[in-house]
Amino acid sequence: MRSLKLPAVSGFDEMIAPGGGVRPHYRSYHDWLLRQDRSLLQRKRKEAELQFHRVGITFNVYGEDSGTERLIPFDTLPRVIPASEWDLLERGTIQRVNALNLFLHDIYHDQNIIRDGRIPAEQIFGNSQYQPCMQDVDLHNQVYSHISGVDLIRDGEGDWYVLEDNLRTPSGVSYMIENRRMMMRLFPELFAEQTVAPVEHYPSLLLETLQQSASYANPTVVLLTPGQFNSAYFEHAFLAQQMGIELVEGADLFVKDGFVYMRTTAGPQRVDVIYRRIDDDFLDPLAFRSDSMLGVPGLLSVYRQGNVVLANAVGTGVGDDKSIYPYVPDMIRFYLDEEPILHNVPTWQCRKPDDLKEVLNQLPKLVVKEVHGAGGYGMLVGPAASQAEIDMFRARLLANPGNYIAQPTLSLSSCPIFVEEGIAPRHIDLRPFVLSGNDTRVVPGGLTRVAMKSGSLVVNSSQGGGTKDTWVLESGEDCPC
Amino acid sequence: MLSRTASDLYWLSRNFERAENTARMLDVVWNLSLIRFAVDIQAEIAAPLAITGTGDHYGSRYGKVTVQNVLFFFTLDPDSPASIYSCLRQARASAHAVRGKITGEMWESINSTWLELKEISQTGLQAYGETAFFEWVKNRSHLFRGATYGTLMRSDTFRFLRLGTFIERADNTARILDVKHSEGQLESNTTLDYYRWHALLRSVGAYEAFREMFSETINGERVAEMLILRPEVPRSLLSCLQMLCELLPAIEGDAGLQSKRLAAVQLARLQYGDMEHILDIGLHDYLTDFLRRINELADTIQSEYLELV
Repeated sequence: MRSLKLPAVSGFDEMIAPGGGVRPHYRSYHDWLLRQDRSLLQRKRKEAELQFHRVGITFNVYGEDSGTERLIPFDTLPRVIPASEWDLLERGTIQRVNALNLFLHDIYHDQNIIRDGRIPAEQIFGNSQYQPCMQDVDLHNQVYSHISGVDLIRDGEGDWYVLEDNLRTPSGVSYMIENRRMMMRLFPELFAEQTVAPVEHYPSLLLETLQQSASYANPTVVLLTPGQFNSAYFEHAFLAQQMGIELVEGADLFVKDGFVYMRTTAGPQRVDVIYRRIDDDFLDPLAFRSDSMLGVPGLLSVYRQGNVVLANAVGTGVGDDKSIYPYVPDMIRFYLDEEPILHNVPTWQCRKPDDLKEVLNQLPKLVVKEVHGAGGYGMLVGPAASQAEIDMFRARLLANPGNYIAQPTLSLSSCPIFVEEGIAPRHIDLRPFVLSGNDTRVVPGGLTRVAMKSGSLVVNSSQGGGTKDTWVLESGEDCPC
Repeated sequence: MLSRTASDLYWLSRNFERAENTARMLDVVWNLSLIRFAVDIQAEIAAPLAITGTGDHYGSRYGKVTVQNVLFFFTLDPDSPASIYSCLRQARASAHAVRGKITGEMWESINSTWLELKEISQTGLQAYGETAFFEWVKNRSHLFRGATYGTLMRSDTFRFLRLGTFIERADNTARILDVKHSEGQLESNTTLDYYRWHALLRSVGAYEAFREMFSETINGERVAEMLILRPEVPRSLLSCLQMLCELLPAIEGDAGLQSKRLAAVQLARLQYGDMEHILDIGLHDYLTDFLRRINELADTIQSEYLELV
């Protein structure tokens, strides 16, 4: 049978097996793709671009002229995941988030995991994301991370790994939904051919989760955004609208007599749950950074009295910090008495002298990350770096080893995308979104991010990465029949 | 509704309405400047500066009043606060801030307006065509209004949008009438006056209405009557006040007593006004007084609904 010829890539390709055959779960799409001529795909891509511009699905880039809006590149070829594989990812991410929530509750209460010697105390208490003010604060359902994004990658063998957990304000879910809408608009016939699990109900699940975060029925929920110049503002507005809740800025809220209110045209209105897309540091100038104009003075005191819910909770950052990441498999064993379903990427903690030595020896082969960094800023990708960059990181590592972790450079799996020259493989990752309310759920799929440059491993949108729609096929579709 | 959201909605529609009225006003000026016997072209093209009270700002930037400069100042000049460019930029920024509140079709309409405007700005006014540009602005405003009417839920979101439209329209209609009046005296009936009043009617889209309502030559007194007192004319001061008095009490909650009072008083003045009374006071004084009142109402709306402390 004919199949697409892709330039050889080292590593695992999502569509094409090593012998050149098409993987079974891609067969239906692949056959359709072969029947399309290139000009049609060109046209569809243009249409998508035009539509995204028209709808204004853009994001702001820090450091560029204020108000600069860019489109995140969208690729029209879907990333397909068979049902059996999704089952593993679903169980694995839910397990992981449950353990992380138990961990957060534990370290802000009895600290059994430290007592038990599983994690050194200084790794928690010395962590800048640890919030002493959360000690003994009781949260409804003991949920800290209501919304979690778990970043997954596959190595050369196709095995899944968790690259990092995002428990603060994970973003990107609006692209998961808009990408699906776009694909259904561009290629309706594809959705008639096979059963793709829907993702568009995510906002209603999110609203349910937020409502369940309060201990009483029918709470007033709002979404707190830093404002329209934030890089993810489009998403904040999108989610608020889809959930039918107010999109508020710090200045719209105020604290009075132990409660939080919003300023409305009909007078003050009480707020019960705040889905905040603002980091801890900026939430309350009285408790955290006093120069923050984004937050609400007095918010933390109301929160600690239990008169308002923040989602995610204050202090979740200690659970997704890169210095805590190596301990997550142990957390799963400790709290759940289960074996981790998803692997961690092997990680050297540079604060340990032996690990540091190892890292310095192999620097050109490794990825080095700041423990508190995010968004692809402040990291070294050894194999892609110049000698000067490597030397610079070597000096930084020696000066402050505790600030870094290092991991082997995983190849990341590749997936075909549509480029000027035709169809070519590019590296991808996957971020499913896990919601924790009365129970823990995950929408089938997630955000697939794409490194648009050939060979690049950096998928972050702030660094020019793109996205594509992610299809989880419903069961029965992945058997080669 | 959040006060900030209400404020963005209100200013979104005020700015869009201002852009539309600016295009209407310029269309007249542009056409009059093409009529050779309009002896004092200079006065014609300076009129928009007087109407909008931007003469000083214009003078400091451009000095001499020329057709090209005045047109640029009011159309594509990104640094002129009075330009259509600035109005639409602000309208779009407000829409961006409340895009979760308005419908997708409204947002797409205003966003593509902005994107097209940026392209037109590259092309330049002359290359695009003056008349074509004014028509484009009016059409984009019609489109946005249509999307609003056709898709937006009738809630406070709708009401604050409409509130902005009618405050701005009342202000603009009064200004355009005031300046036309001071140029061509009401009782004067020269050919040039005919063209002036004719142009003014066209600028507010009321030419056909005049023909239907009055079987007489176009004259200043009738035009003033139409644009001040007639409820059938959608841009008249009375129509605007009727809408404001419908909208304000419909807004949820008990806020805004003073706004409602001021609007009701002004509505009564128009509803029970007549031309004789207006001419006794003098049209210019009457309109000056109206502008003061409408701006007092705008300030009160601002403090009672939009800037809650």
